[in-house]
Amino acid sequence: MIVAGCDIGSLTAKAVLMQNEEILSTAMIRSTPRPQESARRVMNSAMEAAGLSMDDISYAVGTGYGKSQISFVDSVESEIACHGRGAWWNVPSIRTVIDIGGQDAKVIRVDEHGNVTRYSYNDKCAAGTGRFLEVIAEALDVELEKMGELSLKSTEKVNISNQCVVFAETEVVSLINEGKEVADIINGLSRAMANRAASLAKGIGVEPDVAFTGGVAKNGGVARALGQALGHPLIELNIDPQINGALGAALIAQEKLKQSSI
Amino acid sequence: MSIVAGCDVGSLTSKAVVMKNGKVVGSAIIKSKVKPQASADKAMNDALSAAGLTLDDVQCCVGTGYGRNKISFVDKKVSEISCHGKGANWLSPAVRTAIDIGGQDCKAIKLDGRGKVEKFVANDKCASGTGRFLEVMAGVLGIDLSELGACSSKARSPVTFAASCTVWAQADAVKLLNNGTPFEEIGAGINTAMASRVAILVNSIGIEPAICMTGGVAKNEGVKNALEKIIGHRILKVRKADPQLAGAIGAALFALEDLNGRGS
Repeated sequence: MIVAGCDIGSLTAKAVLMQNEEILSTAMIRSTPRPQESARRVMNSAMEAAGLSMDDISYAVGTGYGKSQISFVDSVESEIACHGRGAWWNVPSIRTVIDIGGQDAKVIRVDEHGNVTRYSYNDKCAAGTGRFLEVIAEALDVELEKMGELSLKSTEKVNISNQCVVFAETEVVSLINEGKEVADIINGLSRAMANRAASLAKGIGVEPDVAFTGGVAKNGGVARALGQALGHPLIELNIDPQINGALGAALIAQEKLKQSSI
Repeated sequence: MSIVAGCDVGSLTSKAVVMKNGKVVGSAIIKSKVKPQASADKAMNDALSAAGLTLDDVQCCVGTGYGRNKISFVDKKVSEISCHGKGANWLSPAVRTAIDIGGQDCKAIKLDGRGKVEKFVANDKCASGTGRFLEVMAGVLGIDLSELGACSSKARSPVTFAASCTVWAQADAVKLLNNGTPFEEIGAGINTAMASRVAILVNSIGIEPAICMTGGVAKNEGVKNALEKIIGHRILKVRKADPQLAGAIGAALFALEDLNGRGS
């Protein structure tokens, strides 16, 4: 029995196909303005990679901010549940998941069975979300993907005093004018972001092991700063941290299928 | 005869006021330059030439605003809160609650009958609810900041912004524009969003009438009308001088007090 998980985020859409607890294929694309189209495209791409068609899929679960607009899924699940489940399945000792996506940040606590016990999130303010990095990358004229690497090259400590993205953008421009190095500024931003996520996490209590997921988890600068801010090492998942939500959706699909066949 | 001046160097605009015997004889509002000192010089020179005076004629000058520590020609520095309170009282003596919206902050100030600050709250941490919000949003609509206010009276069905964060609202406005929503409808929604954010701050201090608005945003009728509706109180219209000059006027009044104090 083949199941699918489809996570339609604000910036990227992800799909995972699974069979017998094993990942068959994964896909990720940039989201299009229409969630329905993003879902169809990313799913096609995952099916193509596995040499499958929609008829082969017994159960599909949708998640992410565009989940209600996916036509082919059998049910939808919250991002919270999916991210918790995905990380726990990947590394069963995980008890806290910190997920930073394109326009939100979430902290999820799971028990030893991968069920969510507590969570907290921010989607009201762009500070501390992936958008923060995006805006600053543009202001600095640096590729988003290079920010992590650059952050780790920092040699001098630069603090960003503004939390607000709009004010921080102005601050970054003046720091450049003052002659500060781009790497040092990016490092300052990474620490600011990590501190923001850490305070969200401390609000519900952090229990190790801790996983860092979502697109921002690929940013080595933020990951290092987050580990330092939490005082816990971050456990690396053996999947792309950005597909964790889709993986969780596929795992929940598998479970639903089992329940329905009993 | 007394000649005093006040200089308010803000993040977006710099203001200067010259007063002769308690009356405004010259004023200037300029766009702030990179260096606060240059902004102060330009604003003060403009105000002085409007009054037909020179810096040597000024007996006492007070500086305020976020750049106040960088102004060379002032005799004294006073906080924005005190200056705005004093200025609001001069503009309209009945005022007990002054709402000042600047380029990157928003303040609600409670005053006694003489313009002395009793209590205040300020937001300078989040761009939402400050002049910057309007600036960013006007940029998205491709209109001048001064044109935003009129959108509210032209709109038939203003849009509602779900998010108060400037970054999210900016993305929403771009989407609305792309969907063909007329810019007046979006502009009106922006003014209302701004007012709701300001209302949270104002309500948190406890409103005591009369209320007035100072700062550049006071000239935006859309924000003013929406704010009146939300807080359920009329907002006095300031007529004695440009409400954007309130801080500089307050600074000049502090200069006057200082001068009078010296004499006695």
